[in-house]
Amino acid sequence: MAESPVLLSCSGVDISIGEVTITRRLELCIEAGQCWCLLGRNGTGKTTLLQTLAGLRPPAAGRIALNGTALEQLPRRQVAQQLGILFQDFEDSFPASVLETVLQGRHPHLHNWQWESAEDYRIARAALAELGLDSLEQRNVQTLSGGERQRVGIATLLAQQTPLLLLDEPTSHLDLQHQLDILQTLVAQCRARNSAVLMVLHDINLAARFADHVVLLMGNGEHRLGRSEDILQTDQLEQLYGHPLMQIDTATGPAWLPR
Amino acid sequence: MRKIHPASLLVLLSTAALLGAWFSLTTGPLSVSLHDILRQPDSLQAQVFWELRFPRSATAFMTGALLGIAGALMQVLLRNPLADPYILGISGGASTGALLAIMAGAGTLVLQTSAFAGALLSILLVFSLAHGRGNWDTTRLLLTGVVLAAGWGAIISLLLAISPGTRVQGMLFWLMGDLGFAQSPVPGGIVLLAVTLLAFMLSAALNLLAGGELRAASLGVDTGRLRVAIYLLASLATATAVTQAGNIGFIGLIAPHMLRLAGARDHRVLIPGVVLLGGTLLLFADGLSRLVIAPRQLPVGVLTALLGVPLFLYLLYRSRGIRHG
Repeated sequence: MAESPVLLSCSGVDISIGEVTITRRLELCIEAGQCWCLLGRNGTGKTTLLQTLAGLRPPAAGRIALNGTALEQLPRRQVAQQLGILFQDFEDSFPASVLETVLQGRHPHLHNWQWESAEDYRIARAALAELGLDSLEQRNVQTLSGGERQRVGIATLLAQQTPLLLLDEPTSHLDLQHQLDILQTLVAQCRARNSAVLMVLHDINLAARFADHVVLLMGNGEHRLGRSEDILQTDQLEQLYGHPLMQIDTATGPAWLPR
Repeated sequence: MRKIHPASLLVLLSTAALLGAWFSLTTGPLSVSLHDILRQPDSLQAQVFWELRFPRSATAFMTGALLGIAGALMQVLLRNPLADPYILGISGGASTGALLAIMAGAGTLVLQTSAFAGALLSILLVFSLAHGRGNWDTTRLLLTGVVLAAGWGAIISLLLAISPGTRVQGMLFWLMGDLGFAQSPVPGGIVLLAVTLLAFMLSAALNLLAGGELRAASLGVDTGRLRVAIYLLASLATATAVTQAGNIGFIGLIAPHMLRLAGARDHRVLIPGVVLLGGTLLLFADGLSRLVIAPRQLPVGVLTALLGVPLFLYLLYRSRGIRHG
């Protein structure tokens, strides 16, 4: 089998925010087809790490490369063609319909004076259908429920059609069924398009079920990363969350419950 | 949500603008008809038309258009639907400059130069203070502007308090917005054309910035440069408008919102639309300001508020049902 192309690579990346160190000498290599999960306690810098990898804030040291080119050398538009990110919060100060919002995902692919084509509308509508939002197309995003708004955000990301997707808590505000649906959709996209996903999750069991690779942010700049089966071990997770855990082996793999 | 067809909206607004121009040009103590002006180019009617009515109507349209566009830009820049062109204190600087000129008994040209200089000073103050150490967040910008506006307000009150009574009425008219100072519409026209074109070029990016700074950056917008561009464009538009006609309130706030309520949420439609709508509103307000208590005139800014408040509240009330539709 041919080696998968490296989409994003970090070498010796230090990230800090104020006095807090988030990563020290991070070596991360995300290849096409991989599904990564980022776990860590509140305030360990998961969001900051994600935004740094998206080129939205500079690292304190080290090099981050997107498809082999240093991130800070790429114009924002080119970055946005290759890398999409879902944020935790949505700023909906102004009214906009669901369809208009999802169509904005096409912006990196449009030229300066170009209006969205029929093809862009088709892509946006397909993303809406994928997330079961077809009937909400004309709704104002300001009037959606938290879970619906979250799915509109993910649909926008899918419409962006980037080979690399970074998601900050994609399952927040979602009910159990939608959590599973969305993670399945993302993993299926990964496989079908040979794209890669890195997402922040708070549920170890969802991470174990969907991610093939994991990053644990331990705090104080320490981290562990690697294949899920190597990293997702009870002792590591107990150390990560500072709480005793109990491992249960199920038909779909190991699961953890707090003691 | 309704989505109005851009072409039909712009046709509608252009028609309204033409009606407004006709209303504003034909209103006044002397009845002027297009027929007379073309037939007798040397008549008193023609003279009144070309030297008084036309510059005034053209200035009214341009001022309204500039205020509309400045309002739309400020609202996106501050991600605050309540922002208006004056929110960052530009008009305060301009007013201080203008009042100083009126106090000194200066002519219109000096008054306008002084007002524009005051506006520029205010723009630079806000820009350099809010920029700080490279960190230009929205809250800091808003707070800097609002506090500076309050400072200007105090200076304006002081100037009014110490000015001789004979000058105070002129000052009050200027502060309330008055088109009686209208001069050549050419410089304002050039600014309007340039600001409109540049804002239209930015309009796709404005759509994204309205949804948040980080999100816009993640969708390929260079937000740092965009913000500076929006700030400078909105400031230049406001400074030009204030210099021409004083503080005309409300148009910069309501014109963008009226269009949004009508379904023009895309800035590629909103920007040209707000130029037409802002201009039209001020043309009608100017005509009425000369009609209501004729032969005396009202400061046009009073009328924009008197008309704008009920109109806006009506639109807002009507849109409640649409919001969930």
